[in-house]
Amino acid sequence: MTDTTLTPPSGNANAPAPRRIQSILELDPLTKKRNAAEARFKLYGIVAIAIGLFFLVALLWAILSNGLGAFSQTFIKVDVPLVQSQIDDAEKSVVKTSKYRAIIDEAFAKELAGANITTDMSDKDLQKLFSSGAAATVRDFALANPDKIGTTVTFDLIASSRVDGYLKGRVEREDLAEDKNLDAAHLDLADQMADAGILEKRFNWSFITGTDASDSRPEQAGIGASMIGSLFMMLVVLFLSLPIGVAASIYLEEFAPQNKFTDLIEVNISNLAAVPSIVFGILGLAVFIQFMHLPQSAPLVGGLVLTLMTLPTIIISTRASLKAVPPSIRDAALGVGASKMQSIFHHVLPLAMPGILTGTIIGLAQALGETAPLLLIGMVGFIASNFPDGVAAGFFAPNSAMPAQIYEWAKRADPAFYERAWGGIIVLLVFLMTMNIIAIILRRRFERRW
Amino acid sequence: MNNMPNIEQANTMTESKISANKVQVYYGDTHAIKDVDIEIQPRSVTAFIGPSGCGKSTFLRTLNRMNDTIDICRVEGSIKIDGEDIYDPKVDPVQLRAKVGMVFQKPNPFPKSIYDNIAYGPRIHGLARNKAELDEIVASSLQKAGLWEEVKNRLDEPGTGMSGGQQQRLCIARAIAVSPEVILMDEPCSALDPIATAKVEELIDELRENFTIVIVTHSMQQAARVSQRTAFFHLGILVEEGLTEDIFTNPKDKRTQDYITGRFG
Amino acid sequence: MSLTFILLALLVLAVVGYMVGRGKALSSAGGDARELHSLPGYYGWNVVVSTLVPSLLLLVAWLFVQPIILNSQVSSRISEETIAASSLDLVMSDVVRVAEGLDVAVSQGGMSSDEASSLRTELTDVRSRLGQVGVALGSDVTSETLRAAQTYRSISSTGYLLRSIAVLAVAIAGLAFGVMRTNKDFRARNVVEAAVRYLLIAAASIAILTTVGIVLSLIFNTVEFFRLYPASEFFFGLVWSPSFGGGSELGIVPLIWATLYISLIALAVAVPIGLFAAIYLSEYATPHVRAIAKPLLEILAGIPTIVYGLFALLTVGPLLASFFGSGGALGVNWMSGASSVFTAGVVMGIMLIPFVSSLSDDIINAVPQAMRDGSLGLGATHSETVKQVILPAALPGIVGAILLAASRAIGETMIVVLGAGAAARLSLNPLEAMTTVTAKIVSQLTGDADFASPEALVAFALGMTLFVITLGLNIVALYIVRKYREQYD
Repeated sequence: MTDTTLTPPSGNANAPAPRRIQSILELDPLTKKRNAAEARFKLYGIVAIAIGLFFLVALLWAILSNGLGAFSQTFIKVDVPLVQSQIDDAEKSVVKTSKYRAIIDEAFAKELAGANITTDMSDKDLQKLFSSGAAATVRDFALANPDKIGTTVTFDLIASSRVDGYLKGRVEREDLAEDKNLDAAHLDLADQMADAGILEKRFNWSFITGTDASDSRPEQAGIGASMIGSLFMMLVVLFLSLPIGVAASIYLEEFAPQNKFTDLIEVNISNLAAVPSIVFGILGLAVFIQFMHLPQSAPLVGGLVLTLMTLPTIIISTRASLKAVPPSIRDAALGVGASKMQSIFHHVLPLAMPGILTGTIIGLAQALGETAPLLLIGMVGFIASNFPDGVAAGFFAPNSAMPAQIYEWAKRADPAFYERAWGGIIVLLVFLMTMNIIAIILRRRFERRW
Repeated sequence: MNNMPNIEQANTMTESKISANKVQVYYGDTHAIKDVDIEIQPRSVTAFIGPSGCGKSTFLRTLNRMNDTIDICRVEGSIKIDGEDIYDPKVDPVQLRAKVGMVFQKPNPFPKSIYDNIAYGPRIHGLARNKAELDEIVASSLQKAGLWEEVKNRLDEPGTGMSGGQQQRLCIARAIAVSPEVILMDEPCSALDPIATAKVEELIDELRENFTIVIVTHSMQQAARVSQRTAFFHLGILVEEGLTEDIFTNPKDKRTQDYITGRFG
Repeated sequence: MSLTFILLALLVLAVVGYMVGRGKALSSAGGDARELHSLPGYYGWNVVVSTLVPSLLLLVAWLFVQPIILNSQVSSRISEETIAASSLDLVMSDVVRVAEGLDVAVSQGGMSSDEASSLRTELTDVRSRLGQVGVALGSDVTSETLRAAQTYRSISSTGYLLRSIAVLAVAIAGLAFGVMRTNKDFRARNVVEAAVRYLLIAAASIAILTTVGIVLSLIFNTVEFFRLYPASEFFFGLVWSPSFGGGSELGIVPLIWATLYISLIALAVAVPIGLFAAIYLSEYATPHVRAIAKPLLEILAGIPTIVYGLFALLTVGPLLASFFGSGGALGVNWMSGASSVFTAGVVMGIMLIPFVSSLSDDIINAVPQAMRDGSLGLGATHSETVKQVILPAALPGIVGAILLAASRAIGETMIVVLGAGAAARLSLNPLEAMTTVTAKIVSQLTGDADFASPEALVAFALGMTLFVITLGLNIVALYIVRKYREQYD
């Protein structure tokens, strides 16, 4: 080893460079600084994770604190005598509900008197304590149960959303200064009624099972119809994307030769997985609604769009499951004389099934929460006020879906509807959590380690 | 190369560089290294030989506390370097490893330039006060590793773009740059071709004038070529240790004899 | 014959074919299945394939072709003046509505089939006749429209009849062909498996079809838009104010500005948090901590974006307004409402944290352990190893991950629709509401604009721009990541 260098090092080339030789039992000040930097670095990591978890907790807290209110509702108990003559009268008139309202007013006045609550508000003002749908509730009951006419039935009538808001702490007396429907006197009355046991907050099943309601009746809005819409949509997605996805994956994993066509398909799939969901909405609008004239806002159309969105996800996870099955299984089947297709369908596919199902459930969960494409195919501004009346109607009749319903409620800029929106989110998240837990259990129980 | 017996014997009278006493190493419940006592002499090459899986690499890694990175690994007993127990709670492994360097089996240059590869160690240990001093350290390390002529004009090129032998010499230069006193080498030539191996062995022989070197090797011929003392490990036990000549020509333990004559391993 | 009936008939034919084919095969082998080349079932399926495949293909083709022919035949009967007065599309939709109204009337018994074909506007008030059966028409029916509707009905019914005959005839022919070919030496399994393979290829091609569909649906309508509104004003215009009477200014620049601004803020939140979280979880955390923290962070990824949107509108927005708005804690008036770029950006950042974190985690884990050993062996601390060896080695991959996150942020809709407001403006103040490309796509396509107007078509041009940008980012990101992976092979 010769020393012909351009930058000759100082001193003997073989001597170690000069350095303070010290005991390793003493910490060098530089080492202390470096350890401090190490500790800081670790701290940044912990802080980052803590911030992430804090956001998660904040989100969940916001959802629960705002949304749980939607599951309870204020009801007013009124004993309404159903008199045949009054009902016949009401049915004959053109605006039936106003007659029913009068019936309720009468009964309510008696109720208040019976509870020793005095008020000098007119009947019309007292009406405002109730939801505008209260009359319809009594009418529907009377028409459905003619055998109860002639008796006195105790109704739990829904209170108006302002009264409900007051009991939930959403509405303060000051807020009503501008309100043209209610004022502070109503709230005082409400307090007295609550004390007397006529007014109470109870669990609200109809939020979960009911249909959406118009702008003026947030207290009656329910998410039931949209749940059915989502259900039909998910059925479409399941029955289309699972077979197509599995078929495409089998082709790509087992049969596809290494050529340009196959590359094209692979590139397309990975691109489609990253396309924004709203572009799929545009596709759905242009192809399914404008070109194929399918009905707007129908769960079938929503399902078709979501199928196209979910396909890349299912294909990717199915391919991974197929890849995980060792080649020895395929070889064994071929070895006893099965054809390639028989080896795949009889042996490989069943073994890959748990992974495929897990991936499908997760894909379905993602599709369940998608909103943007649904808005473009017409589910905005649509009031899902009826349940579909049959399986065919379930697919073809216009309906809403849970995420679109939540968006719709959020747009109405009414605190009562905001509460419903948060409540809808709780319902949606419950579904998602269930689906994910099922997927995890499936994976744990059936996953094979080769 | 082993033609300095008198000076070697004189050396054994002076203080050992590394002094290991009743060392045990556990991996979880497995007792991997049992009761090792050994003295490593300064400015010499000590070889650890033995069949694969006998624990020589594991023991090597206790000398610079690289085993700390493995959670389930536990070391008991005492290992002293220059009389100081390296497993003392006051010791920061970071400082220890500046004193005891390591070269690994497969060359692992960083994906940086050759210059930055060498400069990395001195930079983090604050060994250079300015760029000129850093340049000097880099140049002298490359010279000592015998690479300077080959790379002096391409110090900016990536360290990964060299042949295997050059990469390993780069790694040796990188280890030298922090001016350690001990260099541990874990089968440094096993991934290299014979010519590169010869170059590295030559380098080791030059380095021992200034560094204490411990080399793990699975090649007995290599041990015979480069080392002054040899230790034979088998099944986690240090079976025999002594002058290389003696181990290979006149082993005292039957197991050593069997290994050397190729009965096993 | 309706579609359902045709499909049911095909199904019945298929079942019959299966049984006949299988039976014939078995009998040709004298009842001994071992004499057959393939399993008996395959012979049945072979007949099913030859029955269904040609007939279904014909049916699908017919479904596409019939409306086109129908449309051209009927529209040729409409006079030029009528078209000039409104538009061909509107006239045709009137015609279709009347025709469907007549169908409803006939099916409900409101009029007989003959009556429907011979109706004349001079003699009957068609509108009220249809009104009686519950069909509401917006205006009186002109005689031309009525005659066109009647032609529509007659051509339709002929078409449907021909369709049924043709499809069923082809199906029966296919069945016969399949049965004819059946005998014990016929390689039924090969035929069936070839058919299955083609089905698989068709399934895989749906991916291509989808992309083609997206591109076509964007291009046609974008071209249509650029015929009505100059492209240069769209791409370079600084004002976005559509007005539904004409005279809209539809410049994309304010929308792109807001989109990029929000994405920038989102990345500023997500990248540091996600990256550091990934570093800690992969380099420092014990397996126990990792097993808990990682799934918890992943939950953030599984929450639907509508939830984040509501969170932005109703929680984060008001919170920020209570600090930065008038009457707020800081006593400034920078923020006029709950919706703002900052609101949407922060919430979007929260959504992207797990995305960045899990991609970075994969990339950091891909750096070989030998690199870490080499650095630790030189006496570097763990953080020095991460900062000076691992991160520089992982940098291309991390850049790719950031680009993918940016692409996701740019294409996000619900968070910005709810959290960023509806006003388009070019401003530097992140506390102002500024709307984005995606939000406008939603508002223009769900508003009251006539579908052929530039105000509605602009949504497709916006969609095309969005598609191109996100596609470009994805391609660049994947290219960088792939190049980086080669470094270690």
